[in-house]
Amino acid sequence: MTEASSSRRHRLRLLILILPSLLWLVVFFLVPLLLVLAMSFGQRGTYGGVRWVLSLGNYVRFFDPLYLRIFGRTFSIALTTTLLCLLIGYPLAYFIASRPPRWRSGLLLLLMIPFWTNFLIRTYAWLLLLRDQGLINTLWTGPLHAMLTQIATVLPLPLWNPLLAVTSDPLPLFGTDGAIVVGLVYAWLPDMVLPCYACIERLDFSLVEAAQDLYADRLRSFLRVVLPLTLPGIVAGSVLVFIPSLGAYVTPDLLGGARSIMIGNVIYSQFMSARDYPFGSAISFILMAVMLLGTLIYFRLGAERR
Amino acid sequence: MADYAVELHGVSKTFGAVVAVDRVSLSIRDGEFFSLLGPSGCGKTTTLRLIAGFELPTEGEIHIDGQFQGETPPYRRPVNTVFQNYALFPHMTVYRNVAFGLEMQKVPQGEIRRRVTEALEMVRLPGMERRKPDQLSGGQQQRVALARALVNNPSVLLLDEPLGALDLKLRKAMQLELKDLQHRVGITFIYVTHDQEEALTMSDRIAVMDEGRALQVGTPEEIYEHPANRFVAGFIGETNFLPGQVTEARSGEAVVVVDGSLAVHVTREPGVEENQEVTVAVRPERISLHGQPPDARAVPGVVEEVIYVGTDIRYLVRITEQTIVAVRRQNVGSDAAARFSVGEGVYLHWGPDSARVLTA
Repeated sequence: MTEASSSRRHRLRLLILILPSLLWLVVFFLVPLLLVLAMSFGQRGTYGGVRWVLSLGNYVRFFDPLYLRIFGRTFSIALTTTLLCLLIGYPLAYFIASRPPRWRSGLLLLLMIPFWTNFLIRTYAWLLLLRDQGLINTLWTGPLHAMLTQIATVLPLPLWNPLLAVTSDPLPLFGTDGAIVVGLVYAWLPDMVLPCYACIERLDFSLVEAAQDLYADRLRSFLRVVLPLTLPGIVAGSVLVFIPSLGAYVTPDLLGGARSIMIGNVIYSQFMSARDYPFGSAISFILMAVMLLGTLIYFRLGAERR
Repeated sequence: MADYAVELHGVSKTFGAVVAVDRVSLSIRDGEFFSLLGPSGCGKTTTLRLIAGFELPTEGEIHIDGQFQGETPPYRRPVNTVFQNYALFPHMTVYRNVAFGLEMQKVPQGEIRRRVTEALEMVRLPGMERRKPDQLSGGQQQRVALARALVNNPSVLLLDEPLGALDLKLRKAMQLELKDLQHRVGITFIYVTHDQEEALTMSDRIAVMDEGRALQVGTPEEIYEHPANRFVAGFIGETNFLPGQVTEARSGEAVVVVDGSLAVHVTREPGVEENQEVTVAVRPERISLHGQPPDARAVPGVVEEVIYVGTDIRYLVRITEQTIVAVRRQNVGSDAAARFSVGEGVYLHWGPDSARVLTA
């Protein structure tokens, strides 16, 4: 058998093996994607249909300050979410990875258990906590306010007045960007913890000892040895959190109220209320392009540091 | 006080119910090549980690350069470590690895460059500055680890089985090189190993450890010639153990009856009393074999097995029902005719200083 024919047979075998997944991707991913792409160049019909023309109008329309502002807010919410997830998730991952091995899977399980509940229900739970009549505000305006009032009558000091004023009204938690960030951080935290954990768990802790032996205190041995060696986990986790946060729809819809909307809500309303499929498609594609570009740059930066 | 680089006073370390180090006291002299020798799990590595500061003693005190260490963290101790797996930073070049300790001590860049270059020359690894650790062979990584520690000019260098991962030939070469390096830099080396030959070759003094205790501290010769107990005698080199009872204890000499039938004459050592249960230890290379009894003290036996080892010929000789003695004769071609064969009756003989009576 010649080398050429053997390599051809090899390629054929490979093709047969990947055929099922290839078919799946083409039918359920590529075709719809192309459909959306084609639609994004069309125009909204008078009764909500699509007129198949070739126009860049939808893309131009996106650069309206209204949409740019929403996009900017979406971007900053996603970025804040990612940073918070990193600040909470990395130390948590480090903590779990530095426990004795027999504890680790149990601790990871504890991390995962809340996520067995349906995503919508978990987001609703945050709504119950954060809204004006929610748990936090009930305690804030109820027992806390009452306690301060009691103290103020026993010990009348002017210092109590601002505190009494603040606690007499519910905190503006619900319907803010902050509420969205809380919901998103909660939703995507495991996606940060798991890749960071995988990286830290593989880290050879004798390297940390070596750094400390070479006069690096805890902080410097972390910055010079642990952080650079676990950077791949941080990069992977950040991408895994940032991408879904950028496209978030349910969380801002439930926790953001009417004032705070994200780009995902705009896309939804274009498809479902405005029935402007072409414009919705165009925004979707712009979002995808930004995600792709951002991810590429981020991975490139991560690769250079190593 | 300052004559000792490191002193341990009654140091113990327990992990839960496990006693890793049990009341160890050691005084390691300045500039000494000191080995901690013992089987795995004997507490030698934990002892080293206690000196480095990676573990804190449960009891006892550690002094380095006369300074009480207490809970001083590793990064404030004047010691550096060569780790068993080298623990080189994989994301840094050889240069950055070696420079790390100096950078952390805020040494000026120019001096760092000079000292790193010197250190790499010292371990015979010049021109490797830009390589990453995974581009180096095991032996080269070993040298980088040495340079990374020595460049800081520590009071004491701690080495945790640094040659364990190298093949035999390289290990032998590195043993001599390490010893030579230690002479040149004059730094105190504390060397952990389970390889008794390595410890004997390299050390000025050795502490033999077992089950967390330091059983004997002495020069290689002291430990080999005068093992303090059965464990040390068995761990360092090969030894025949003949269990018996002291029947006569005169001044200067004692007679031990082995297995209730065979009388063996030994030098009487302090603490040996009549009727005591003891073990007579004789090194195989100290026993000579004879066809006829050379004197009244010779022990008769029958050759059970002859093993050709190249440099030596090993004989296994049965002297009583229960006891077989190993005898090693150097293979000096000329006495090929004088070899004994299996089943032959022979006489074993050893000088009075060659047998040790162990009471423990």
